[in-house]
This record gives sequence, structure tokens and C-alpha cells, in this order.
Amino acid sequence: MPRSSPRGAPCNPQLNAKGELQHLLSIEGLPREILVQILDTAESFAGVTEREVKKVPLLRGKSVFNLFFEPSTRTRTTFEIAAKRLSADVINLNIAVSSQTKGESLLDTVANLSAMQADVFVVRHSSSGAPYLIARNVKPHEHVINAGDGRHAHPTQGLLDLYTIRYYKKDFSKLRVAIVGDVLHSRVARSLVHGLTTLGVPEVRAIAPQTLLPAGVQALGVHVFHDMREGLKDCDVVVMLRLQNERMNGALLPSAQEFFKNYGLTADKLALAKKDAIVMHPGPMNRGVEIDSAVADGAHSVILPQVTFGIAVRMAVMSIVAGNR
Amino acid sequence: MSLLIKGGRVIDPASGRDAVGDVFISEGFIANPTKERPKKTIDARGLVVAPGLIDLAARLREPGEEYKATLASEMDAAVAGGVTSLACPPDTHPPLDEPGLVDMLRRRAKARGRARVYPVGALTVKLAGERLTEMAVLAEAGCVAFSQANQPIADTRMLWRALQYAATFGYPVWLRAEDKWLSQEGCAHDGDMATRLGLAGVPPFTETIALGTMLQLVRATGARVHFCRLSTAAAVEMVRASKKEKLPVTCDVGIYYVHLSEMDLGYYDTQCRLDPPLRSQRDRDALAAGLADGTIDCAVSDHAPVDKDRKQMPFAEAESGATGLELLLPLALKWGEARGLPLAKTLARVTSEPARVLGVPAGRLEPGAPADLVVFDPKAPFLVTAAALKSQGKNSPFLGYELAGRVHATLVAGRVVHEQ
Repeated sequence: MPRSSPRGAPCNPQLNAKGELQHLLSIEGLPREILVQILDTAESFAGVTEREVKKVPLLRGKSVFNLFFEPSTRTRTTFEIAAKRLSADVINLNIAVSSQTKGESLLDTVANLSAMQADVFVVRHSSSGAPYLIARNVKPHEHVINAGDGRHAHPTQGLLDLYTIRYYKKDFSKLRVAIVGDVLHSRVARSLVHGLTTLGVPEVRAIAPQTLLPAGVQALGVHVFHDMREGLKDCDVVVMLRLQNERMNGALLPSAQEFFKNYGLTADKLALAKKDAIVMHPGPMNRGVEIDSAVADGAHSVILPQVTFGIAVRMAVMSIVAGNR
Repeated sequence: MSLLIKGGRVIDPASGRDAVGDVFISEGFIANPTKERPKKTIDARGLVVAPGLIDLAARLREPGEEYKATLASEMDAAVAGGVTSLACPPDTHPPLDEPGLVDMLRRRAKARGRARVYPVGALTVKLAGERLTEMAVLAEAGCVAFSQANQPIADTRMLWRALQYAATFGYPVWLRAEDKWLSQEGCAHDGDMATRLGLAGVPPFTETIALGTMLQLVRATGARVHFCRLSTAAAVEMVRASKKEKLPVTCDVGIYYVHLSEMDLGYYDTQCRLDPPLRSQRDRDALAAGLADGTIDCAVSDHAPVDKDRKQMPFAEAESGATGLELLLPLALKWGEARGLPLAKTLARVTSEPARVLGVPAGRLEPGAPADLVVFDPKAPFLVTAAALKSQGKNSPFLGYELAGRVHATLVAGRVVHEQ
């Protein structure tokens, strides 16, 4: 039966016919129940990572391909650890320096790896939407996990941020969360915003100069502040974003120093947030650019626990998608 | 007399005629009724007989990009879509900046014997925006206008000089209003959808800032300028005002833009990667209304065949463009029906109006006019599939959709060039 125009809304490509998670591509569009399922599963894995034998056999015999079209150390490593703790075989491919330079297309690369019997593809790509293209072209038993695409989404980072917030703050329904810095180019910010709004956080703030905010960012459900002191007032959670080096001097910002002066998190500015506020950062940090060392290493900082939680969250995501057909 | 088209609903948008009757053709032209026995008769009962479509923007991809499409495939696609005249933008490889290339294109098109082809020459050498082309020589070779296709001139002084020079000799200039500095990194309308999808945006004022500059230069130079592919509501408003001011300007819109908006990007649908980008629903509605009230003179296919590999890419990397020659008629009908327009008025936007912009005698049905005709069924369903399209480019946002409007026969200069 031909579709009749106007073109209808396409169905959510990350859910299977039963509404279960087939791929993890973005937090946007995921129902609350799935987010909670992932966070609960991650919690059950948290114990595993503290045991002496840090392994469960959930993905024994399965192959996880880490497909990194963009360089990454931290995210790739945490995915690798997570897969190994689930007893999967992990194959790391640093494609940024192999086939792409030989001119092979993205889909050809994926088709070749698929012929090597993959079960899960963990994909990072510099182009927004690349994991969607891959997910549309893999076999039905293969799963795609987005490990960061362009400025679009970084759903496992968003989920580990949610996990961290839930761990320290318990109840999402009373929180005020501020996200500070380069929202325009940040996949971390987009994923976190969707997660927070889905889980019922009443107020999400974006604190940045106009040059670092995307058009119509309010439509994502955030309140915009240009003055950091005003924006941090009474916040429970402060999420600092990484500012890429190449964006520090040019049309977006005059200098790293001036950015730090206006939007760098110092103890002095943090004092405006709630007394028990937590400070988060997706890493890697630019000390002295977006965050002062005293704050990064201070009592409010939960930046290192975020990394630890990241492993449990990635175990949860991999075990859930691999279990769905 | 050589041919008779009998019993069809004859629609001539130029004169407003819309009645059942016969069309007589002799020696390649529409003729007065006569008692003479025709050599051939086409039974058009239950069908519409109208002037063939005139498409002001159809890329044939020759020379240089034969892997995307060939002159042969696209010329067949044109007449299958009822298009009997088409203008091709100069963005071939190499661009149409030398008379030899223009001449070759015209001769190859003529040899194929399908639609009439009107090359649009490059306004600047290699479309680089740095040096004027030899417009007189190009015009002699057959260029009907001069254009930068989708490559804006960044240097305003260069644009001014180009318009002055073209105006001196009365050459029409076809320009897309786009500020190069604002558009260079973007691939989607700078709005809610690009923000959600994490795509670099092209703000709407990319178009209006350039359009404002161009309108000032039209005032200063008196150049005849046709604005290609308007995409924003604000630009429609600016053209409306400049027409009121009696500036010598006309404009067109891509037929997809009166149907689609940024929302159609869905989950990175590269079929909707177009240049200019699909904009907001408000912009789309303003374009559809502007085309109806005549602010926008005509609709074009902006035909751009792209091979599958170049669409099977992440959105920002995918090549922009959609195939359109075979969808111009059904999509124009769909637009007209949605607005409740009489068929004659709908067809004017793809026949008599583009003929006026192009300055050719086709696009009407009165005796003496070239016998370029399309016979079609406006209600017959047409399922848009790769197999159904003659164009080598199968790239369309409407792939898989059913549209109404099926071409039965196409005639160019009285000769049947397509029949189904």
C-alpha cells in the first residue's frame, strides 16, 4: 500500500516492532520506561564492577565492534571494558586512520564488518546522524550503539549523567539543572537535555553566550541564561561542557581567558548554587578554561564517579539491546 | 495537416481557454481548424491537452557527470514528465563558461530529439565569481541567460560589475540569493529541526541579506534579474514589494519547496537534503501562497539527479538535490489542488509563465505557437518508484508515494516524443 502524502512521521528507528530498544541512537524519543530500565540495569551491574571477578556471562560468544571514525580514548575504553565485563569479544577499529583514508564508504566498511559476524556495533562518527544510516543498513540481529555523532547525540554519556544525578539526588522531579558552555556543538548537552526532560526534571537551564547556543534552543525545553551567576542560582546540578580548542579564538569567542572570566566555574560562582550541588563534566576537562582546578577536584565534584558509572551504564545498554530481537 | 488531437479537455493557460475540443497541428505548429484529413489522430477523450511544461532548472549532468545521469536518460525523463522545454543551469563539469561546451550541449540535445534545451551560461569563469565570462560569445552560442547556479558570488563589487555588464547588452541574469559566508558550513534550515538533529544551520537571513543586496544592484544597474529558488517567507515579501516598485525582476520556486519543510528531514532523510535547505512550515506556506498570487512567477523542478552512493551518506556529507523532471507535473497539480486553483491557473506556473521568463513563444496553444504539447490524465495515480522513473537519478523525497497526474503523450514541434 503506497504511503500517501503529506509525508507521514517516520517511525522511531531505534525501537523494534515490540517497542523495545533495538539500537541506542539518541535519548530523544525514548520512553521514560526504557530510560528507567537502563538506569536500573546499570545499578544491578554496579556491584559487578566492584567484585574480584568482574565478569558476567551475558554476552558470551557475542562480538562487539568498536567502530571509531573519530579519535577517542576514554569513550572507546569504557565501551571496551563494559563489553569485556559482559564476556563479549571486543574488536577495536580505529577507522579514522584506515579505510576512510582509502576512500571506502561508510556503508561498505560496515558491510564488510558485518560479514565478519558482528552482534553489536559501537559507533562514533564526526557527522550527525551517521549511526542512523548504519542502523538502517545492518542485519536484523545486529545492534548499533551511538557513541557520539557530530553535535547530535551521545546517549550513553547522557545516560551516565542521568545515572550520576539519580545516584546523588534520588528524585528527578524536584531538580534544577544547569548546563554551562558550548551547547551549540555539544552532543552531550543535547542528550542530557532530552533525558532530563523525559525523566521529569522541572527546570533545565542552558548558560552560554549567544554564539554558543543553537537556534531555537528553547524548543528543547531549556531556559536560557547569558549571565552565569544568575543561571547558577539555586541549582542542584551543574554540568560543565568541554570547550574545543579550535573554538576558543575566532568568531565564537575572543579568547579562552575571557570565556573563563564569564563562564568558567569557580568556587566563587559555585557558591551561588545550592549547598549540596554536584558538579559534573563529561571530560576531558580544560582546567582553567571551563572549570577551575579547585572546583574540578573539590568536594562538589562527581567527575570521577561519572567515569566509573559509565562502565555500568554501557554494560546495561549493551546487555539490553543484545537481548532484544 | 499532419496531426489532430481529438476530444480532449484543451487548456491554454495563456488565454484562459478551458474547453473540450480538438487541437490541429501542422508543420510543427498549432494550426487553425481545417477539414483536411490528418495523417495521425490522437484520441484525447477524458484527458487534458495543454502546452508542454517549461522547466527553468533541469540539470542534465553533461558534460562531466555522466555517472549521475546522461543527456539521453534525462531527456527521456523530461518528455516522460511532459516537459518540452528546459533550461539547464551552468553547473556542469566544467561549467558552461565556453561557447564550445554550450554548442556541444545544444547539438547533442538536438540529436536526441526530445525536449528543447536552453543552456544558461556561467556569469563568471568557472563560476568562481572572479572574472566575467564572454557573454556575447556565449549568447551567440545559444545561452539564454547567465547564472551562478548554486555558487554565490561573495564579492559584491564583482556582482555589481556583472549586473552592469549584462544590463548593457540586455542579457537576463538568473541568481540564487545566498550569502556565501552565512551558508558555507550549513546543511539544514537553522531552526528547531537542525538544533535537534545537531546539523549546522543555514539561517533564513542568508537569503534575504543577499536578496537585499541584489535588489539594490538591480535598482542601480537596471539589470533584468530572475531570482531562483526562493526559500523563505521574508524573501517572498521582498520580491512582492520590488514588483510593486516595478523593478525588472521575476522569480521561481522549486516544486518540492511548496510541499515540504524542515520537518521532513525526519531522521536524517538525505532525500530531503536540498540546496537551499527546506525551511520552516511557515516559509513553505508563504511560498505556496506566493506562487498562487503570482509573486512567484513559476515553479521549477530544480532537477538534480544524484547517484545512490552519494545519498547513502551521513546527512551533512550527502550530496544535495532531488530528481524532479518527472514529478514537476504531479507535484504542481497537487499544489494547485490543495489551494483549490482552477487547472488553467495551476498549469500557467509551469507553462506560460516560465515561457515569459525565458522569452520563448512556447507555452501556449493558439495557432502559430510551436506545437509543444502534453496530453495527461490529472487524476490517474502515479506511484513514484525507482523503476517508474526514467531519470537516472532516483533521488526524491516522494519515492514510495502515490501522486496524481499521468502523462499519456508528449509532443515537441508536432512530433510525438513520448507516448504511453
